[in-house]
Formats: sequence, structure tokens, C-alpha cells
Amino acid sequence: MTVTAPAATRKQRTTPFMRRRRNGELALGLHVVAIVVGGYVLLALSQGSSLPPDLGVFLAEITGLYVVANVAMRRFAPGADGTLLPLVALLNGLGFVMITRLDPSQARVQAVWTTIGVGVFVATLVVVRDLHWLERYRYTAALAGIGFLLLPLAPAPIGLSINGARLWAKLGPISFQPGEVAKVLLVVFFAGYLVDKRELLSAGSRRIGRLYMPDPKHLGPLLLVWSASIMVLVFERDLGSSLLLFSVFSAMLYVATNRSAYLLGGLVMFSGGTYAAYKMFGHVRTRFQIWWDPWPTASGKGYQIVQAWYAFAAGHIGGLGLGKGLAGEQLRSGSWRLPEASTDSIMAVIGEELGLIGAIAVVIAFMLLLGAGLRAAIDHPRPFEKLFATGLTTILGVQAFVIIGGITRVIPLTGLTLPFVSYGGSSLVANFALVGLLARVSDDAAQREMRA
Amino acid sequence: MTIGIRRVGAAITILFLGLVLQLTYLQVVHSSKLADDPHNSRKFLRDISRARGEIVTAEGIVLAKSVRSNDEFKYQRVYPPATAKLFAQVVGFQSIQFGSVGVEATYSSALAGRNLGGPGQQISQALSGQPVTGTVVLTMSAKAQLAAASALGDKRGSVVVLDVGTGGVVAMYSNPSFDPTLLASHDVKTAQAAREFLLAVPEQPLLARAWRELYPPGSTFKTVTAATALENHVDVAKQFPHIKELPLPLTTNVLKNFGSERCGGSLEDGFIQSCNTTYGQVGLDLGERLADGIERFGVNTKAPPSDLDPGIVRSLGPDRGTFKATQPLFAQAAIGQGPVAVTPIEMALVAESVATGGQMLVPYVVQDVRRSADNSLVRTTKPRVWRTVMGPDVAATITGFMINVVNAPLGTGTAAQIPGVQVAGKTGTAQTVQGVAPHAWFIAFAPAAAPRYAIAVLVEHGGELASEATGGKVAAPIARAVLTRLLS
Repeated sequence: MTVTAPAATRKQRTTPFMRRRRNGELALGLHVVAIVVGGYVLLALSQGSSLPPDLGVFLAEITGLYVVANVAMRRFAPGADGTLLPLVALLNGLGFVMITRLDPSQARVQAVWTTIGVGVFVATLVVVRDLHWLERYRYTAALAGIGFLLLPLAPAPIGLSINGARLWAKLGPISFQPGEVAKVLLVVFFAGYLVDKRELLSAGSRRIGRLYMPDPKHLGPLLLVWSASIMVLVFERDLGSSLLLFSVFSAMLYVATNRSAYLLGGLVMFSGGTYAAYKMFGHVRTRFQIWWDPWPTASGKGYQIVQAWYAFAAGHIGGLGLGKGLAGEQLRSGSWRLPEASTDSIMAVIGEELGLIGAIAVVIAFMLLLGAGLRAAIDHPRPFEKLFATGLTTILGVQAFVIIGGITRVIPLTGLTLPFVSYGGSSLVANFALVGLLARVSDDAAQREMRA
Repeated sequence: MTIGIRRVGAAITILFLGLVLQLTYLQVVHSSKLADDPHNSRKFLRDISRARGEIVTAEGIVLAKSVRSNDEFKYQRVYPPATAKLFAQVVGFQSIQFGSVGVEATYSSALAGRNLGGPGQQISQALSGQPVTGTVVLTMSAKAQLAAASALGDKRGSVVVLDVGTGGVVAMYSNPSFDPTLLASHDVKTAQAAREFLLAVPEQPLLARAWRELYPPGSTFKTVTAATALENHVDVAKQFPHIKELPLPLTTNVLKNFGSERCGGSLEDGFIQSCNTTYGQVGLDLGERLADGIERFGVNTKAPPSDLDPGIVRSLGPDRGTFKATQPLFAQAAIGQGPVAVTPIEMALVAESVATGGQMLVPYVVQDVRRSADNSLVRTTKPRVWRTVMGPDVAATITGFMINVVNAPLGTGTAAQIPGVQVAGKTGTAQTVQGVAPHAWFIAFAPAAAPRYAIAVLVEHGGELASEATGGKVAAPIARAVLTRLLS
């Protein structure tokens, strides 16, 4: 992207308070580095009873990346919340240790993606100096978002189908999941559009029974984008993302209008959609059946969820220790005992090896991260930024909930990555950009606060 | 909008607290139940992929050990070929697909090094880098087991030898047996094929006949009948008529002596010559008291407790309260036919109870658990009485009967005589199906004055039709050979 910040951008200032935030961020980050490097060493000790040969490189790289991100924050978003970065680093570092335990070759790829991710984070801070222009390009964002969503459906050299879901696109040498980028773009559109129309949407000019309905012409474009994205996702068989977009959009609509009727309506539409999908698609039915009762197919379709449960149970409170679990063991076939251990199922591996304590630590880290995101939304005075930050935060929250809830069988399991923790480049890079945008909202709020 | 955002925050918090609840449920509340779920192979995988200690005989010969393997299971269980077949049914095996059986299963925790005493020792061993494992020492000796196997030769059947002093199993071999090596293979196909082959062999090598199969005990069961009669104050001097066949009440059937010979006289005469008409009459005279007496010997009750895996099967006899309706069955039960069906180990326990003066001991195959690192004792199995089956005076009388079975010129068990050692025994020839050779039995203990070993020998269909002496001809020499080896 070659878009430069508009000339109207006001100069950023750094106050002593902001400096304290950044210093705190650095201090917390060093704790995180200690925890992650400690985990890396323990893992090596449990597997080969000697220190990891690349310990120095690892320590230098993780510290270096963190310092780069911290310096970028000091320079480009000095007033942003100081907990965003340490929490992301904790989740990302923990995920990296688990991936190293699961498959060292995946870990090498993940290391490259993490570096790129931090680069994208810094670039986001540098490029997106002002959120006004994002608001202005909301329809472009909608088009681009839908375009990205459609990309995997393109014919064979570009669109790729992996594991039954058509999520991948190949451009030149790199294949990636455009859906990850699309999510952020669609949130830009939702936020911009809802800010425009929120008064019309919340006023309600027509009355149906006891409910006031807004004029359909205002709802039209919204429903169109909404159903289009849902349709695309159904055709790509990516139920997780479909659920994600649906809930993020409902939450944003609710926040924009403050009318729970939309939530109700969303729920009804979602239930209807789910029921239709259940009736229409065999794979959706299977998902629900496995969720309802995985035991009859414990060695077939229910294998993953049953094995995940066993892994959690084996972990008990304190965990078996890094590298000591059975779920993450590679079988002779080359796959793990617990399928998708480094992506969809990574929480179960954490639960087994780090126990309830480790699993709850991950949940708490997410709650704190989401809290920081929502705090930025609340602190910012402008509606667009509020909605935008809410949307971005809900992306992270719903994604974490859907995948942790899926693997623990609270809800049916759908394929989503656990943000920052799971193996996967597209998701990692998109989420780093997402956190960069959250930092921008947070900093912007602080800057305005200071000027006020 | 701020209110809406706060509510979104509240909703997210509730959802995430739900996750915490579910995690707590899975990892704490429901954890042990999931760990024990039959589909859950974790406990087993945990055991199979770690070093296990050795299983050794009483004299220290290694029967099972773990060696490093280059696959995901890290260790392969090895059963040295010299003893693999001799001990397979007792030691069992560790298999990825079929689970563990035998001592490998019952002592899995000890072998894998769990619960081997003080935490201090555990930690110091863990730090030394050596895997903590336990060694399991059997009561059985390779010498006794080899004697049993070679005495049986290629005859189908079982030999069970018990230590009269402790109740421990000294030898327990059933022919045919099997080599567990292929079953323990980590290669799925190899193990599967080996198992299918063994299951297809008509002689059923996987069947541990000594404690898993029921046979009519024939005249060896007269030991139980005689003891019950004496306990119920039947006069030792009472004379029974010399007849060829005993008419049975309620039917036109008769109970015949082997070879339709004429016999009778005292309880002892009937015991020594194995006279069916005498003991059939005793059974009818005892009636319900016979059913009680049989139960006292642990037949038709719960199976004997033991550390065998799978466990000893329950031996069968006439049910209480059925004498009135089924009197002929009690005459047959008194001579070890009809409703009576027992395991070879049960008959060894009967012999043992005479030898100990009336106590039947709990049989067991594992003597000690030791720490592999320093061979220090963790726990040892103590002798326990399972049940008291007769008074010492009755046991002494029966001992006299059994000595004469071996010593008297007309005794059926003269083939069990050992120079310099007094053997007390009882023969049996148990009819099965018409026209099929009967099972040959011999139970004994020796030396009679200060008993050390009790033995039961069964040869499936090893007898000759129409000759009571065949239990003595076929089974007694096997007992003699084993006892000779053990007492030399």
C-alpha cells in the first residue's frame, strides 16, 4: 500500500505519562521473554536433557522483535495501551514454544511469519497514522473485503482447497488465507457504514407489532454485504469464519444502535441460517452430531474431540510438563495423536502439558487483551473509532471463544485458529495488523485526551 | 455507545468464564473418569512407552524385559525365547493393540516404577537419569516349570504345583502354550496375524487350562467326598456292600464301577481302589450335606482369589437345596462326575488343604516387587488362608487314605512312588462324552509326613475307556517326575 497519511494529521506528542506506559510495556515484555525462553529451555530439557543449541539465537530474536515493536510504539503510538504488546507477545511466545514441541519444521516457518507479523505491526503503525481516511474508504474496504473472500473460489491456479474447506489463495509463490485479511476490511466497512446510518437504524420509522423497524432502504446494503459474506463462507465451507463474521457484525450493530432488537433479529437469522445449513449440508450435520455425542464415533469422526478431551483430562491441574503429553506425540503415520495439534487443537495440547493452570492463563491473557481493546473503544470519543475498535476486539474474542469452545466441546468444533497461538502465517500477520490498528485507536484516544 | 461496548465486554466475559468452567470440568471434575474411559489408551500408552522392569523367576531367570526400540513407543517388551513359551500364560504380554494380560497387566504399575516407595528415592533416581522401574519376582521357578512341561511332553493338559507352606504357585504349565513375542510386536499387522493364528489353532494355545478351563475331576474328587463324610461323622469302619453297580433313585439308571468290577468295603477301601458304588452311596447318604461340603472346598462358590490375570474361573458343583429333586446327580457328584466341573488349580488346592491339615491358601504367582536400581525389596506377598475346609483329624485320616493309594498293592496310584519320599495321592479318570477317552487325573502332595508341595496333574482325554487305573497310569508318572525333580 502506498497510501500516505493525510496532511491533516496532527502532530503526535509524547508526555511523561505516555513514556511511563512504554517503559511499563518494555518491563512487562522482558517478563514475557523470561517466561517464553524458560518454556523453550524446559522443553529442550524434557526432550533431550540438554540446553537448546539455538538458545542464544532464540533469546536474541525474541528480545529483538519485542524491542523493535516497543520502539515503534514509542515513536508512532506513544500513548497506546501498554498491555497490548506484552499480552500478544505472551500468547505468541507460548504458541511458538508449543509449535516447537509439536513440529520443529513448522516452528521455523512460524518464526519467519512472526518476524513478518511484527514488521506488519510496525508498518500498520507507520502507515495508518490517522483513522479518518480508513473511514473514508469504507466502500473500497467492503469491495476489497468481498474480493478477498471470493479469491479462494477462483479457478485452480489461484484458489486452493485444503481439508475440505476452500480457504486458500495462491498468488505467485505465496499461498495465504485471504479470509484473514477480509475480516479486518469488512470491520472497516461495518464501522464506517454503521456510523453513517446509526441514527436512522436506531430511530425506527416503521412499526411491526411492538417492534420499531428501520426503513428497509437503510438496511438493504448492510444485509446485502452481510448475506454475501455469509454465502461465500458457506460455499467455501468455512463455518468458523461465517460464525465469526456474523457475531462481529451483530455486536457492532448492537453497539451502534444500542437496540437489542437487532441482537434478537440476528439470533433468529443465525438460528435460521444454521438450521438451513444443518438441513442442506452433510458436513454441517456431521459437525453437530459429533458435538452432541462424539463417543459412538470415538475412533472415527469423533476422534479429534474425544482425544482433545482425553488430553485435557490427562493434564489435570498442573499439566504433564512441556513435551510430556501424548496428544502432541507424532505417530508413525507422521500426524499427531491429536489431529490438527498445532492449529485447531493447540489448546488441548496446552491443556495437557501445562494443565488447567496453563489453559486458564491463556484464557485470562485473551480476556485482558480484549479488555484492552474495548477500553480503547470506550476511551475514544469518536463513533467510528469506537465501533472499529469494538469490531476488531470482537474478531479476536469470538475467534478465541469459538476455537477454545469448539475443542472443549462447549460448541460444535469449527476450523479456526487460536489468534497468535496457533500455527499459521496468514492468521498471524492479519492479527498483528489488527493489534496495530487497536494500538492506533488507543493512541489516538490518548492524544485527544491530552489535547483536550 | 459506551454502554453497548460495556455490554459486549460483559458478554465476552460471560462466554470466557464459561470456557473456564468447562476447562475446570474437563481437567479437574471429570478428569479421572475420562482417564479411565475404556476408549482412552493413555494410561496404557504411558506404560508402554516407558522403561519397564524385568519379570524374573524365583531363581532370578529373566522372563520379560524392555529394550530400546526406534519407534514412537520407545521400548519393546522382549520375552527371551528359552522361557517364552514356558511362562507365557502366567507372565502374559504387553501389546499395543490387545492391551496387557497376565503379570504384565496386574503388576503394570510396579513394573513401570510407580508407587515404589519414598519420594526421596523417586527423586534421586529421576535425577540420576535412569528410569525408575520395578522388578517383579515370581513364586514360580524355571526348574519346576521345565520339569512340568517336559513331564507333560506333547500331551494336552496341565500341571499345577503349589508350595504347601505359603500357597504360592511353584509351577503351572498347560500344554499347548504359545510364544508371546509376535503378539507383543509393535507392528500392527504382525501382532494381528499372530493373534488370529493362535485363535484359529484347534488346541487353543491361548487358553490357560490350569485355571481357565473346567473339567470333571473324576475320582480325585473322592477326596472332597471322603472329607465331607468324615466331617459329618460317617464311621470310618462302616462297610459298604461289594457290588458291580449302584441303582440310582428316581431313575432306572445305575452307577457302574470302571470295567464293571465288583468292589466295596470301608471308605478307605473304596478310596484306595476308587470304588464308585461305595462313594456314590456315600453321596446319596450325605444328600444336602454333600453340597455343603463341596462348597466348603471352594467349589460352586466364588472363584479362588489370586493375582492371576485373567482370574481363576469358578468351579462348579451340585446346587444346594436340589438333592430331593436330583438325587442321582449327588451320587455322580460324589465321584467327581455329573454336575461337578473344576479347574486343575482347584484340585491342587484340594491336595494342598489335606497337606496343611485343613487350610486352603490363597494361590499367588508374584512373590516380591523390588526396585530395579538396587534390587531392594518394596513389598512381598504374605501367605493368607483362603478357607478352612476340614479339621486336622479328618485331614490326617485322608492323608492315610492317600498314602495307601500310592503304597498299597491294590492302590491305583502306585506309579507315583518315589524311592525315599512318601507320596500321598489320588487318581482320577473322568468320563466326558461317550466314546471319547476320559481325562486322566492325579493329585498328590509330598513328602507326606512334612508336606512341601501339592500337585495336580490333568491329561485331557489321556485315559483309557473302561479302566479306572488309567489316571494312575498316565497322570501319576507325570506327578512323580515333577515331584522327583523338585525334591531332589
